[in-house]
Amino acid sequence: MNEFKAASNLEKILKAGHFAFTGELGPPRGAAVQEVREKAAFLKGNVDSVNITDNQTAVVRMSSWAACLFLIQEGVEPNFQMVCRDRNRLALQADILGAYAHGIRNILCLSGDHCQFGDHPESKGVFDIDSMQLISMVKKMRDDKKFLSGGDLHEAPKLFIGAAANPFAEPYDYRPYRLAKKIEAGADFIQTQCIYNMKRFREFMKQANDMGLTEKCYILAGVTPMKSVGMAKYMKSKVPGMDVPDETISRLQGAKKGKVADEGIKIACEQIEEFKEMKGVAGVHLMAIEWENKVPEIAERAGVLPRPQI
Amino acid sequence: MIVADRKPFSELLEMVDGCNRIMIVGCKGCVTVCNVGGLKEVQILASALKIARKKTGTPLEIEETLLERQCDPEYIELLKNQVNDFDAVISMACGVGPQFLSEAYPEQRFFPAVNTTFFGGAVRHGIWEERCAGCGTCIIHQYDGMCPISRCSKSLMNGPCGGSSHGACEISPDTDCIWDRIVRKKMETGKVNDLINVAPVKNWRSSWHGGPRRRVREELTK
Repeated sequence: MNEFKAASNLEKILKAGHFAFTGELGPPRGAAVQEVREKAAFLKGNVDSVNITDNQTAVVRMSSWAACLFLIQEGVEPNFQMVCRDRNRLALQADILGAYAHGIRNILCLSGDHCQFGDHPESKGVFDIDSMQLISMVKKMRDDKKFLSGGDLHEAPKLFIGAAANPFAEPYDYRPYRLAKKIEAGADFIQTQCIYNMKRFREFMKQANDMGLTEKCYILAGVTPMKSVGMAKYMKSKVPGMDVPDETISRLQGAKKGKVADEGIKIACEQIEEFKEMKGVAGVHLMAIEWENKVPEIAERAGVLPRPQI
Repeated sequence: MIVADRKPFSELLEMVDGCNRIMIVGCKGCVTVCNVGGLKEVQILASALKIARKKTGTPLEIEETLLERQCDPEYIELLKNQVNDFDAVISMACGVGPQFLSEAYPEQRFFPAVNTTFFGGAVRHGIWEERCAGCGTCIIHQYDGMCPISRCSKSLMNGPCGGSSHGACEISPDTDCIWDRIVRKKMETGKVNDLINVAPVKNWRSSWHGGPRRRVREELTK
């Protein structure tokens, strides 16, 4: 690994051995560019790269690649999230080429939440290929200069390839194998599902370390600070694949009036401190959902500032 | 078999609005097995329609018929002497029935009485589940007898996704996560290595996505 695969800021940070800190931004439910710029301003300088979600929870928003371009204009490096739910292999490849041509250098390959969750539950899910196959397709385009069909493409999209991992979805024992499979498919970095159950995550990382996976791929631990007790309860009971221990909820309930969100941030910062020391964890992916304005404070309190300049 | 649901009664009543004399044709094939379009269901529908129309003072005369199958011209032909004596005909077969009937008798109007849903079977009396997507390239044996194309909500070939929870799919706690079952079986039988390689992208040409399908078996056409 002497050469960069994509030379994105995120790749440079990770390769230099810095503890990465990435953020997330949900595009607007409309054509409001200003919203994207305002959210980006909170993230600028506080994170190494910003994931731009792709119709997250199957709700229509401004397209991920378009919002990525606004971030580039604002001087913030985007991480283009791409789901297999809304595009077939032609559209995926076309958007990958277009995104790269416009300066996007990171991509996160996902299957996508089922349409049934979103605002258009009557729509037809595409799922022509799955997230694993998407990872391997991007790698093929980048490294072999080939379309999925095998046809040649001119000028390869040099993208830093990301994938998701959920250590909390069952069957637990298989999750490290699936992670291994994503790495084998071509994932350069992994961003995990939001972590609340630290015990389970420690076990997952131990398995990943034992299997040698953390030497082949950068793993960023997913963190989402809880804003309220209601949010914690909702995530525990309603969000598939989310594991929120009762201790997290009781700790938030124990916070003084008006101090619940602060307690949520405190928990997140304690987690980040542990991740900094945890073997195999290369950074943190902070998903401050609709809470972008808090990112500067969280980054400050988590002791990850200033971000390294490379 | 092909599994279907009876259409809501109000929809059927509306279809035959203005008709005085209709025929209802059942089918002895799949729809009889899934209790939606066999003899019994023909009789029930006929009675219900007659009662409803009698109430509104517009009585409806109904001829009840049952064919061996509605996906075979040989049986469709049996209706030729009477089919045009009615204002309309309701077929209780799967989607194939009303089409074969329409093709054979272009002068008549045929209404579907059922919504054809999936290829599956009865897991218990009264409960049917999908098992096949008719994709045209069977890979069931690679997944220990479980089809990820028809039974995973996202047709993932490299599952399970992060939405798998307690053995259930993210879309509903009542929907099994088939990938959870595939993985557990592979792990229990020491075959997890079967899943290590990335399953290649599927060639959807053998499925409907390659266009409406037609099969010609030369040895049978002669």
